[in-house]
Order: sequence, then C-alpha cells, then structure tokens
Amino acid sequence: MSSPDLTLLQPVLSKFAPQGRTALLPALHAAQDLYGYIPEPVAKEIAHALRIPLADVFGVLEFYALFHTEPVGKIIIHVCNDPACALAGADAVLKQLSRHAEYALETGEPVSVTVEQAPCLGLCDHAPALLVQNLPATASPEITWQELVAKTGRRPQTHVDGDLRLLTKRCGRGQTTSLDAYLADGGYTALKKALTMSSASVIEEIKASGLVGRGGAAFPTGLKWESAAQAKGSPKYVVCNADEAEPGTFKDRVLIEDDPHQILEGMIIAAYAIGAEKGYFYIRGEYLSAYHAIQRAVEEAHAANLLGTHILGSDFSFDVEIRRGAGAYVCGEETALFESIEGKRGFPRVKPPFPTTHGLFGKPTVINNVETLANVPLILHLGAEEYRKIGTEKSPGPKLFCLSGDVRQPGLYEVPFGVTLRHLIFDLGGGLRSDIPFQAALIGGAAGTFATPEHLDTPLSFEGLRATGLTLGSGVITVFDAQRDLRDVLFRLARFFAEESCGKCYPCQIGTQRQYEILARLRNGQVLPGDIERLQDVGWTMTDASLCGLGQTAASAILSALKYWPHLFQPAQPT
Amino acid sequence: MESSPVSLTIDGRTIQASPDMTILEAAQQIGIEIPTICYHEHCTANALCRICVVEVSNARALVPACIATVQEGMEVQTHSERVHRARRTILEMLHSSVDLSEAPEILAMARNYNADPQRFPDAWRREPPVIDDNPMYIRDYAKCILCWRCVQVCAEDAQYTYAINFSGRGYETQISTFFHHPMPETTCVFCGQCVGVCPTGALKPKREWLLEQGYAPEVIMNLTRSERRGKKRRANLAV
Repeated sequence: MSSPDLTLLQPVLSKFAPQGRTALLPALHAAQDLYGYIPEPVAKEIAHALRIPLADVFGVLEFYALFHTEPVGKIIIHVCNDPACALAGADAVLKQLSRHAEYALETGEPVSVTVEQAPCLGLCDHAPALLVQNLPATASPEITWQELVAKTGRRPQTHVDGDLRLLTKRCGRGQTTSLDAYLADGGYTALKKALTMSSASVIEEIKASGLVGRGGAAFPTGLKWESAAQAKGSPKYVVCNADEAEPGTFKDRVLIEDDPHQILEGMIIAAYAIGAEKGYFYIRGEYLSAYHAIQRAVEEAHAANLLGTHILGSDFSFDVEIRRGAGAYVCGEETALFESIEGKRGFPRVKPPFPTTHGLFGKPTVINNVETLANVPLILHLGAEEYRKIGTEKSPGPKLFCLSGDVRQPGLYEVPFGVTLRHLIFDLGGGLRSDIPFQAALIGGAAGTFATPEHLDTPLSFEGLRATGLTLGSGVITVFDAQRDLRDVLFRLARFFAEESCGKCYPCQIGTQRQYEILARLRNGQVLPGDIERLQDVGWTMTDASLCGLGQTAASAILSALKYWPHLFQPAQPT
Repeated sequence: MESSPVSLTIDGRTIQASPDMTILEAAQQIGIEIPTICYHEHCTANALCRICVVEVSNARALVPACIATVQEGMEVQTHSERVHRARRTILEMLHSSVDLSEAPEILAMARNYNADPQRFPDAWRREPPVIDDNPMYIRDYAKCILCWRCVQVCAEDAQYTYAINFSGRGYETQISTFFHHPMPETTCVFCGQCVGVCPTGALKPKREWLLEQGYAPEVIMNLTRSERRGKKRRANLAV
C-alpha cells in the first residue's frame, strides 16, 4: 500500500491546529474527505498538530462509526436497518446492493462502492431509507447502486401537515427558507423584542410559557436557562442538540432543512438570556443536507449582523460554530455531546454536576433540542399567555410527531398537545396502509414504549401518556399492522442498542449485548427456558443502574412488550 | 473551609457526615459495606461498574455510592431488593463476558449475591488472545473487565504517558494502543502502574506469567533479560 500524500493535509492542519483538541472531529472529517479514510500516518499528523496523545486519537477514530481506518469504496452507501425501514423492505435493498458490490470484487473491478448497514437515518417517512455519500436517497428492492448514485442529491420531501402550522409554518415546501423569506414572514422580530427586554424577563417569559424540552427528557426550559444564567463561571455556552438519531425521529431534520433560521433565532435568544457569547450547533454526521442548510443560515445571519459582535446594534455579541457528529447515537446524550465537541470519545459523564453549572469545557451551558429552540421565537411572538392557550394546561404548546411505519401517509405532523393517538394515526395519517388492522405503535422510538389498540384514545400529552404508562419521548410514532411480527421489531431495537452502547457502564455495555442475544434467539424461535426472567433482570438492571439515559431506556420497549404480549416470549408450541 | 455536617439515614441508621463525603465513605464510617469493583482510592472515580449502586428515596434510578455525595435528609438503602437485583445481574453478566478466575474479590462478591455464573448460556464471551509484546508484562484481555484503571493511571491519574486508550465501543470495547501497535512502539515507559491497579490479572508481570506457563526460573531470567537487552540495542540503533 502506498503511503498517503501528507502534503494534502497541511491546509487542514494549519486551519485546525490553533484550536487544539476540540478540533479533532472537524479535522478527522476534513482528512477523511481528502483520503476517503483515515490512514495511520494521517492520524499521527493530526495528533501531533492538535497535541493529542496518539492512543486517544485512535480511541476517537474507533468510537465513531463514520470514521474509517481502512480504505473504503469511493462511494459509501448506508442502508437503514431499523424497524420502520425494515417494514418497507430494507433488508432486500441491502442484499441487492451488497450483491452488486461483491460482484465488483469478484470480477476484479476496482472497489468503488461500500455498502454498510446503518442505524436509523431519520428518513423513516421515506422507508426504506439510505444515504449515498451521506445524502439521502430512497430505494426499491430492485435498485442498483449505479441507479442510486444517479438519483442522489435531490432531497426527499417530507410530508408536513397537522392541525397547527406554527413551528412548521415554513416547512414542507421542498426548499430551505432563506433569510429574506424568513424576515419577510416576521422572522427575527422575536429576537428584536428580546433585545429590548432584560435577560431576566426573557427567562421569565419562557418559564411562564411552560415550555419543556422536546428531546425526550421534558425538563422545563426556563428553569434550565435560569440556572445557567445564575451559575458562576465564564464563558457560558449555548448548545443546540441536533444529534437526532432516535429510531423513527426526523422532526429536527425537517426543521433544520426547511427553516433553519427559526432554530438559530431561538438559539440567539437563549444566548442573550443566559449571557453566552459562543454557541455550538451539534448536528449528527449523517445529516449532510441539513448541515449545509444550517451552515448557509449561519452565514446569512452573520452577513445581516444577526450573529457576530453587537448584534443589531446592541451590546450583545454571539457566535455559532457548527459541529458534525460522526455516527454515535449516544452523543445525543447531552454530556456525551460535550465530550464529542471537546474532541473525545462520546462517553456520557456522571450527573450531577449538571450542564447548567458544569457543561461544555466545564462551563455553565444550556443545551436544548432543535424543536425546543424552535418554540422560543413563537413564545416571544405570542407572549406566554397566548402560547399557553395551545395544548393542555399541563402540556402547553404545539408538538411535532414523526409518523411512520404502516400508515397511509407517513410524515411530520404538528398538533396541539392533547390530541389522541387515534386522531394522529387515523385522521391525519390516513389510517393503516392496506387496511390491515392496527396492532401496535411504538411511541418515543427505540427508547419508548408500545401502545396497543386500547391506547388509541389516549391524549398525547405528558400527563395523558404518563397516566397510561407510556412516554412521549421525542415524539415518534411508528405504526405496526396486525400482520407484523413484533419479535422482529424487538430484535432490531435490541440490536440498535447493542450497537450504540458506548461501553462505559457495565449494565448497558453487557446488558444491551445479552438482551440482543436473547431477542435473536426469540426471533429464530429458539427460546430457552428462563429467557423471560433473563430479559426482565437485564432490562430492570439497565433501567435502574445504567449511567445515562441510553442504558436507562434500552429495555423500555422490550419490557413494555413483555407486559402486553407475554405469549410472544414463550417457546413455540409443537403443532 | 469546614462546612457543617449533614444528617442522613443509611439502612435506617441516622448519621452525621461531612457534606463532601460520598455515600460510600459515609456508610464505611458506620461499618456498612458497599461492594465496589471499578473504584480505586487512588484513581478518579468514574462510577462505571455500577456495583456500588444504592437506593436513595425520591431518586428515580439507583445512585452510585462511590461518587454521589451525602445530602441533608437523604435516606439511603444499601441492600434493598432493587439493589440486590442490579448487583446480582451485573455479576452474572460479568461472568458471562470474561474470565474472572483471577479476580477473587469479584468471585467472592458473586457468591455473596447468589449470582449464577452460568446464568447466560450461549453468551458471546470476550476472548481475545494474550498479547505478549514486551519483556515486562503481558496483556490478557480475555480477563479485562474494562474498569478503566489502567487507562487512567497511564494518563492523568498518575503517569501522564498516554500509551493506551480504547478500541471499539460498546461490548466490543477493548484497551488498545495506537492502531494496536506493540507496546514497545508506544509512549509506554514500563512503569508498571497499570499492572499494579489491574484487579483481574488481565495485566500481569511477564515473569509471573512465564512461571505459570511452566517455565523454569533460570529460563525465564534468560528470556526476559535478553528481551530487555534487545530493546536497549534497538533503541541505540534507532539513535
């Protein structure tokens, strides 16, 4: 193997070297763009330039799925293997594409394509989803990779609908809302309003709105801001968590691709409220087109003095740096995300201390989900009182739901909190495809719980779901019709967690693997005596004793399936 | 600055403790033993083995005693049913993953908690081959429980050498050098700190290991001595 031409790397090194370790992921991305993978001498050069121990750089390379240390094809195709795409025949697509790649190997043609399985790509409404060179494409089981490559680049348009169009007002038109279009529609007037208010009164307004985080944990946003504003230490940071990777979720992708300024405006207001001068927008590595959209939005905002120094003539200065993840679901966990920005493996930290006092680089940090930040301009527009008229008393505001699976019209739906599951699936989503009866819906993604036909009239609000033992999570609803084998779904969820566990704490590191092994047996009809008890012990141990939210929810869907359909876990009866 | 002590109950006993004390330390004070695996008093506590978890009233999940500090009014249960299930299951899962034959403390703990070593039949075990790449110590990662102590003492917890980190992730995580290079090609200074903190015999002095393999002491002396000379000679040549 010839050694890589390291002179190519020099511009990358001189660009990133001054930043040190925090620039590790950006530098590795840039190097991989140059060489197609990260050869050892390249890793060494980067380590020296950024002053990072060699072993640590290797540790980072090994942690993130999108980094390759071996040569790969010039074209990389990722095929989703999670439930919604499996329903639509993703396995057949994978088989077909892999056969072509193998054929190329046998005939001695230069390997030009690498086909890999991938976790949820956030394109569940276009199942079976795949990425070609990190750009979305949709496939049919008959497609060849040559045809795919020819089709890539056109972005698949997500169906956006709902009872409300507040957060999604400018979404679903197949194009990114430019700064001009956003301004023409009243954009950034919330920021202008905020700048006339004291930071304390902005926080009061957010607190009064009752806004809670939309990423899954539902923590009150105003309290979070207040805590960071009051925390000692500087600088302070605002981080937008756009590492959307929960299987079945694509709401943040649509918001970023279609209306990035709305999120940016929310972020700037958050920074003003807590006194931050620097923000990070951390977007998952697989979302390349969304990355381009937010990148362009940041440039536009800069040019219009909506970012930078003395924003709109005020004393307030704020800047945003965009960071790409590199294939690690766990980096959606807030402290793992900080580690990733700091140039480390995405290991979650022990909490407390919490990010509002000890966040990014150990400084006070507010980290909010994309959809949460999108609510901020809306709240300032309407005022907290008007905003609270949307939704229920305990769950105010609009909510985005990602509907996929066996429904007639998969897509992104905006509704007030409190509508029923039935309304969403049947009125908005058009009911089940092929008129096969409803069997179940997975609410909240892989980390969520199953809803059965008895739950169809449950109001989709925090309190309504809690009362029936369900969780809202990030707003995912994956629908399964009565002909689907839920054992296959459970197997895929278990595989997802086994592949995405970071490996730090024992319950999750080993538990996700054992859970996966048991569900693989179950899917193959080879249940062993005691498997139910094993699943329960492993599941409850992960839930109770894991270090972070990933492990604590890795058994959630499986334990809920055990509750509703214990017969699925019994050994097959001899007929 | 001395801050005033807080009052809490552990297993029904009310005690006073300094607010910077961990639950583990406070329990030790009154003779209540909480098991630990990854915890080492000279290493940064990472709370990753989770064997020290305890039940704290009003906390949703169990809390790691090695790192959680005491708080006023806290009610702690160190041996509840939930705690026992978690500890037993973690020990059973460890048994199903790695070779614990040289980790007597963990084996004793497993007996105490009635952990069944065979609980997970057909489990995929981590069984990489022994790495014998230097004259000082061997690395038998089939015995590695990923407590991180070796990585920590190699870095900021002691030596600032940074020879090792991780490869893979999740269940397939392993301790590794840069691109799996042999140890003599790394920044390792063979200080032995990592061997000293390894709780399971995954890291072991080379001579001890050779002795176990049945080599006679004089053969071992010759073997390791010549290897060490070899290293010195190679180093001189490199200059």
